[in-house]
Amino acid sequence: MIFESLSNKLQETLSKLTKKGKLTEKDIDKILREIKLSLLEADVNFKVVKKFVKNIKEKAIGEEILESLTPGQQVIKIVNDEMINLLGEKTEDIKVNSNDITTVMMCGLQGAGKTTTTAKLGKKYKLKNKNPLFVACDVYRPAAVKQLQVLGDKTEIDVFAGEEGENPLNIAKNALKYAKKNGKDFLLFDTAGRLHIDEKMMKELEDIKNIINPDEILLVLDSMTGQEAVNIAQVFDENLEISGIILSKIDGDARGGAALSISSIIGKPIKFVTTGEKLEDIEIFHPDRMASRILGKGDVLSLIEKAQSSFDEKKAKELEKKLMKNQFTFDDFLDQMEQMQNLGPLDQILEMIPGANSKKLKNIKIDEKEIVHVKAIIQSMTKEERVKPDIINGSRRKRIAAGSGTSIQKVNRLLRQYKDMKKMMKNMNKMGNMMSGKKGLKLPF
Amino acid sequence: MSSIITKFKDGLKKTRNNFANKIDDLFSRHLKIDEELYEELEEILISSDMGIEATLEIIEMLQNQIKENKIQDVSKVKPLLKEILVKEITYKEKPDQEEKTVILVVGVNGVGKTTTIGKLSKIFKDEGKKVLVAAGDTFRAAAIEQLEKWCQRAQVELVSNKEGSDPSSVIYDGINAAKARNTDILICDTAGRLHNKKNLMKELNKISRVIDKEYPEANKLVYLVIDANTGQNGIVQAEYFKEVTNIDGIVLTKLDGTSKGGIIVPIQRKLDVPVVYVGLGEGIEDLQKFDEEKFVDSILNY
Repeated sequence: MIFESLSNKLQETLSKLTKKGKLTEKDIDKILREIKLSLLEADVNFKVVKKFVKNIKEKAIGEEILESLTPGQQVIKIVNDEMINLLGEKTEDIKVNSNDITTVMMCGLQGAGKTTTTAKLGKKYKLKNKNPLFVACDVYRPAAVKQLQVLGDKTEIDVFAGEEGENPLNIAKNALKYAKKNGKDFLLFDTAGRLHIDEKMMKELEDIKNIINPDEILLVLDSMTGQEAVNIAQVFDENLEISGIILSKIDGDARGGAALSISSIIGKPIKFVTTGEKLEDIEIFHPDRMASRILGKGDVLSLIEKAQSSFDEKKAKELEKKLMKNQFTFDDFLDQMEQMQNLGPLDQILEMIPGANSKKLKNIKIDEKEIVHVKAIIQSMTKEERVKPDIINGSRRKRIAAGSGTSIQKVNRLLRQYKDMKKMMKNMNKMGNMMSGKKGLKLPF
Repeated sequence: MSSIITKFKDGLKKTRNNFANKIDDLFSRHLKIDEELYEELEEILISSDMGIEATLEIIEMLQNQIKENKIQDVSKVKPLLKEILVKEITYKEKPDQEEKTVILVVGVNGVGKTTTIGKLSKIFKDEGKKVLVAAGDTFRAAAIEQLEKWCQRAQVELVSNKEGSDPSSVIYDGINAAKARNTDILICDTAGRLHNKKNLMKELNKISRVIDKEYPEANKLVYLVIDANTGQNGIVQAEYFKEVTNIDGIVLTKLDGTSKGGIIVPIQRKLDVPVVYVGLGEGIEDLQKFDEEKFVDSILNY
């Protein structure tokens, strides 16, 4: 990561300052400058930064952090709170009409990711038992309609496209009729990308809006956008009164300060973020996580939640029992590994761990192939061997190595790791029992 | 020729108005060169997405030169700033399309790679070159069809395979076709990829190596496409792309909006490569050679 996290920078500044014993107002100004620079590096609009820093200063002095023993943490907490405050306290989904057709209009600049996001939303609501329809109103970009059709095939969602050369207003009108006739209850209108300053094209969006009278108008904004994000969102909002924002491509490493700028200036909620190339990669926006991201604190909550949702609760309970009794077998080992893999690519998981998002991480390569080997080795063991690994002697090792297409050395290494792990578990159990009796162990790794 | 200049200026008009008004306003408000003036200049540069590091350094250069030359007149600050900015972004040597050239176009998703290729094809075709395009974006839905339409517009040939096929093999086919048809310029499209996706970046490295291996006699150029709306992440993008393939030039797209594209300044400092073209609209003619003088002139409202 090129951007140092704000917390790192603040710690550095503070370690210089705290040697003096007590912080003065001048020291606070130094800290505020770090905050200012860090926010600018995260692409927060400079006007917003100015206002923000002013607010922080008032709060910081009001809350007497000058006297505090942990001023750094205090400042970060204030900054974090203020950010969440601005980003919106709660998460917001799409307003769905339960009895009638729900209409959602997508808009944004070229290349923001409207068409892909349209497909992702369609898929999401199809899984919620809606009957979606994609409406292809981008008649300008070459092959935009085709793109939506391909995505329609992939998601098994119908696409309503006009005739060659038909104008988007007609297409929108006819789509509504088609939807009523065919029982479609969740309409997503994909529109052409346009510059916010292109008056003619903005007028077209207004006209489409007047025809469909949408329940939601969502602006798709690239999370890598810089200082102009505010302008862009503002103009779209002035023209269309958007109901919310979707921040796209946040699987990149942009800090996404645009989110803060927009929330603070136009006050419209960010509803979703898109997080990857796959069509299920869309998530509801969480203000607290975004705040952490802008500050560079890592995304602990996301990690925990992701782990929890992927991790089968029942299996976890069983495993916990086994761990307590120290009956952890190779079958469990295999199970564990599959659970871990469900979380997603390992390096992606590592990136979410706070403090891990540093230069060091770049050199750590998680070899997913290694995991495949380990799996193959375990799968080449007999049932008995998996439960009682102690019986695995030389000839068994040879057989397992041959069966898994690996080497005896690899088999040996795994057996050693298993032993170490068991030992570790034993120690952990002792500690766990000592400290709190029986508390749930969520992630044994 | 004059129409091209007009087009360039038109495209930059909004950019210019936005930026220059601030600057003119600024210089009329300040009577003397003081901290406040510098701070406001700093803000102007930062709001162009130039980033803190580059901004602070440029302001420092300005301050030093003002000090050295004992400048006291506020009206002299602007020409000096212009001079510094132009110098910052000027490169004596720019990549050139010599006899046999292969151009690999790379960048993150949605920056306008395919559109840029359509426009580039037209430029080369109009120069009388024989152009061939290889559809290396086999990932995004209908990317091949999109490129097909652009090639029809530019009236150049396209080599493609079906969606989901191996991009390196498409490029390989493109190279063979270019050799067989005695093509002057082969332009290779690639799928947009976020620079932090290791596997996709590895794939790009492979494509780059295929070109080195299969077409060593050609002059290979890699153009990194950057969206003018991009914030500070542009620097990271540039660094990561440079890790997997050499970069010979930057294409700055979507400069017809209100964004100033100041991000190219820190990117150039990292990559040490020139901006070659700028994209100024959706039409096939809307790609212009990057002109540093005009760029800065337009920005500073000369």
